[in-house]
Amino acid sequence: MILDYIGVKDINGPLIVLDDVQDAFFEEVVGIRLDDGSIRQGRIVQMEGNRAVIQVFEGTRGISLTNTRTRLTGRPMEMPLSPELLGRVFDGSGRPIDGLGNIFPVKRANVNGTPINPVSRIYPKNYINTGVSTIDTLMTLIRGQKLPIFSGSGMKHNELAVQIARQSRISDENGEFAIVFAAMGVKNDVADYFRRSFSESGILQRVVMFQNLANDPIIERILTPRCALTVAEYLAFELGMHILVIMTDMTAYAEALREFSSSKGEIPGRKGYPGYLYSDLASLYERAGMVKGKTGSVTQLPILTMPNDDVTHPVPDLTGYITEGQIVLDRSLDGQGIYPPVAVLPSLSRLMKDGIGKGYTREDHSALSNQLFASYAKVMDVRSLASVIGEEELSPDDKKYLEFGKLFESHFVNQGPSENRSIEQSLDLGWELLATLPRGALDRVDDQMLDQYYEPAKKRLSTDNAKDRASQVLWDHVNKIGEDSEEESGNGGGENE
Amino acid sequence: MDNQDTIYGINGPVVTVRESRSFSMMEMVYVGNERLVGEVIGVSDHLTTIQVYEETTGLRPGEPIYGTGSPMNVTLGPGILDNIFDGIERPLKEIAKESGSFIARGSNIAALDESREWDVTVTVKEGDLLKGGEVYAELPETPIIRHKCMVPPGLSGTVASVKPNGKYHVNDTVVELKDEFGKMHELSLCQKWSIRTPRPVLGHLPPNIPLITGQRVIDTLFPVSKGGTAAIPGGFGTGKTMTQHQLAKWCDADIIIYVGCGERGNEMSQVLEEFSDLTDPKSGRPMTDRTVLIANTSNMPVAAREASIYTGITLGEYYRDMGYHVALMADSTSRWAEALREISGRLEEMPAEEGFPAYLPSRLAEFYERAGMVKNLNESEGSVTIIGAVSPQGSDFSEPVTQNTKRFTRCFWALDKALAYARHYPAINWMQSYSEYFSDLDPWYTEHVGNDFIQYRKRINNLLQQENKLMEIVKLIGSDVLPDDQKLIIEIARVIRVGFLQQNAFHAEDTYVPLEKQKLMMKVILYLYQKAKHLISASIPISGILQTGLFDKLVKMKYDIPNNKPEMFEDYIKEIDSTLSKIVSA
Repeated sequence: MILDYIGVKDINGPLIVLDDVQDAFFEEVVGIRLDDGSIRQGRIVQMEGNRAVIQVFEGTRGISLTNTRTRLTGRPMEMPLSPELLGRVFDGSGRPIDGLGNIFPVKRANVNGTPINPVSRIYPKNYINTGVSTIDTLMTLIRGQKLPIFSGSGMKHNELAVQIARQSRISDENGEFAIVFAAMGVKNDVADYFRRSFSESGILQRVVMFQNLANDPIIERILTPRCALTVAEYLAFELGMHILVIMTDMTAYAEALREFSSSKGEIPGRKGYPGYLYSDLASLYERAGMVKGKTGSVTQLPILTMPNDDVTHPVPDLTGYITEGQIVLDRSLDGQGIYPPVAVLPSLSRLMKDGIGKGYTREDHSALSNQLFASYAKVMDVRSLASVIGEEELSPDDKKYLEFGKLFESHFVNQGPSENRSIEQSLDLGWELLATLPRGALDRVDDQMLDQYYEPAKKRLSTDNAKDRASQVLWDHVNKIGEDSEEESGNGGGENE
Repeated sequence: MDNQDTIYGINGPVVTVRESRSFSMMEMVYVGNERLVGEVIGVSDHLTTIQVYEETTGLRPGEPIYGTGSPMNVTLGPGILDNIFDGIERPLKEIAKESGSFIARGSNIAALDESREWDVTVTVKEGDLLKGGEVYAELPETPIIRHKCMVPPGLSGTVASVKPNGKYHVNDTVVELKDEFGKMHELSLCQKWSIRTPRPVLGHLPPNIPLITGQRVIDTLFPVSKGGTAAIPGGFGTGKTMTQHQLAKWCDADIIIYVGCGERGNEMSQVLEEFSDLTDPKSGRPMTDRTVLIANTSNMPVAAREASIYTGITLGEYYRDMGYHVALMADSTSRWAEALREISGRLEEMPAEEGFPAYLPSRLAEFYERAGMVKNLNESEGSVTIIGAVSPQGSDFSEPVTQNTKRFTRCFWALDKALAYARHYPAINWMQSYSEYFSDLDPWYTEHVGNDFIQYRKRINNLLQQENKLMEIVKLIGSDVLPDDQKLIIEIARVIRVGFLQQNAFHAEDTYVPLEKQKLMMKVILYLYQKAKHLISASIPISGILQTGLFDKLVKMKYDIPNNKPEMFEDYIKEIDSTLSKIVSA
């Protein structure tokens, strides 16, 4: 028996209210046929007796109290799944928009997913080589991790995401690699940039795209990441692929959630975001991981733009508490033309400690990254001192730090958008930079490690036969400092401000 | 019940029932045809409100609700240790066996393994008079922990019959008790206890034994007592979880209860993996033999997250009643407070500060007050220490959860972003942190490590305070202008910070340091300071003293001196003497 409910009782923002609904269940999907023949989809979000509150994915524009026929589908929100999803493009609620026809599903799955049992999780340990020095060395991305990029409007987060997607290699090559891309509330140009970049690098056939553009309905935006993650879980845990999920922009997603919550009349929490923002974000981010008995993995790379570059804003703040670290981009580095503008100190990968070192990357990795962090933190202290007393007044040791900081940013952090550095190159480069500091200043590394890596790096710097490009550039730079150190330090003061 | 209660409204995890008079506050109920676990959180004349501990997708109005007549409770008995539960004591390993890698709903698996047989020794005989809390049977739960079955508090009577020693299941009756009214009570190996009610005790004892953690900054500068309360606040990335892990691994409690409350799934799997690989330093057995994990990751239902803290503390109190020292790590209480806020929002309660409900402080107080060093009903002594991580939103310590936690805990280990950025771990800021247990613990330290320990601590603390003041000046005008004696303070403080306070959790020796070595490290550092100060007052420039490399040597002594070779510290003192005397003679 299929019943159509004619008309609605109440319309409020994206919500409609239906009375006398028989046998509906919570979160059931409904079809709404308007008198002009168009069909919209909705989902029951609240029930009280026979009254159901329904959110309409496409918005309520054009709906009146009488012109609709609503039909219950008897299903929760589901995503059709099949291996043919690869290479396809969908809208925010999972309908194909590339004109290639419908998906013939092998199975359907509830987009909300179910939580992974903590005892069935595999603790992620295999690193992903992204070819970006800062990320590989200092905040290593691990397969099964969720590592967001905290950025701001106008910074190069999209370029970085594309570069990571293009260059990412997994150390042991078993299992296929694919990308699920979810665009939420992004501009058309941005979505287009991603599609073009994927196509230029020839990986479009390994990408599933979901697009909810900035002017698409916000209710769909709430579904977009869920559809994308359902596909990712299917590809990873049923077909055994390694999936990188890029979700951009999480801030737009959270704003959609806020808009939806306020139209439901819920009590707002911080900055008007609903009180359950944390749980809601967690229900997305926690879908990353690896599961015992399955070969695939879901790695997440969410991108969020911090309003006013404020890291304490609820969205980045709550995200940081859920994700396993973060890659923070810095506007002043970006302004200096450094790409990728990764702010090293606040960035972090929580899972890297067990995925690096002997057997994974190289034995000196952990010591080197600790030392680079510590030395660079010292650079910041020296810079703030220099901005008060002027560089001339600094002690010789402090001046060395200043020089180190400059080299670190211009050679280690800075790399081209198409430059793919191997982990060995990045690590060696790190040692060469440390070699510009006196040995006694390296207090995070033990003597044996220093003998093995610091001394050779120092030698590489002081001899002319530095072979690889990175060392050569660094060597040139060191020579230049030697020649016109006065002029350099004069300029340096200006750059630091 | 002939008049079946049914679901009326559904909004997220909150379900309402209309016109029902059969439920009591905090009663545990089963909701819907799938029998999802729920708890009554509001009762009024026409509407009963229930929070459901599982996903509510698919529920329909009109589905039945079954009352249980008792409040939300947990099963206490053998089999808790070496197990991993969700927030309402459902065994996750068993659930994984039944429903695979993803958690299915409505799974109704007994908390404790009912098929396992325990080797029980009954310790009472017929005719014995038993009061609540007294032990009637014992069994080895794991090779290192003896489980004691106790008469549930509130019950007392004469033993009417006992079973012989032997192998029994959790639910087998081993002792029958006849109370004063002649009513018989069957006592099995387990009992139920409501999670929101503290288990009664005879009285509290003073907190005068420290919880030794092997972490220098905690043991020396900010110690916590057994039965004490400590808060670890810190923004994300400051190492809260890392610090909690270190404490769980190394602190000298008998039983560890680790509550992962709204935390990351991958982190829980790391805890699981690490703890099963780790051997307990005291017994040589795996850590898991004395550990209980409660994992309610952030994507598991929010109401169960709220309950997980209470489940944890109830299990803790149960082992305390057996006379054990229990340490409970709650990571993180902010997630718990947010769960409170979320549910409060669904109930449309009037919000107080930052949207948190007005009863947040009283709930926090109720939780932390369940810690303590106590005399149990059976005259044994035990303790529950609570170490709660706090994740302040936006790293702002003035937010309500941090502020209210501060009121109810006596140790405050403030984690600092700047220290974490410099990879100084544990990133406990020595200027903002405090411990109120000093005066309680000083007699213990004097007796067990010697009076000099307290003296050294005071001097170390003093040097750090002085450095902090000097750094203000240095930040403005640089260190070059300071006189040599002040430069010395800055240098020696660097040794203290890097060589002493900073501790490497991944270094085999440095991850746990016994109190004796902590004391000797302080001694050597202060000895160098004393000697160098002497030289400087004799107008020897500090640059000459620094060139000896003694300072750098002391920074590395934490790695260079093994924990079991305290005699090496004497060599250091000799070296300081000889090196510095060379400067004088030169």
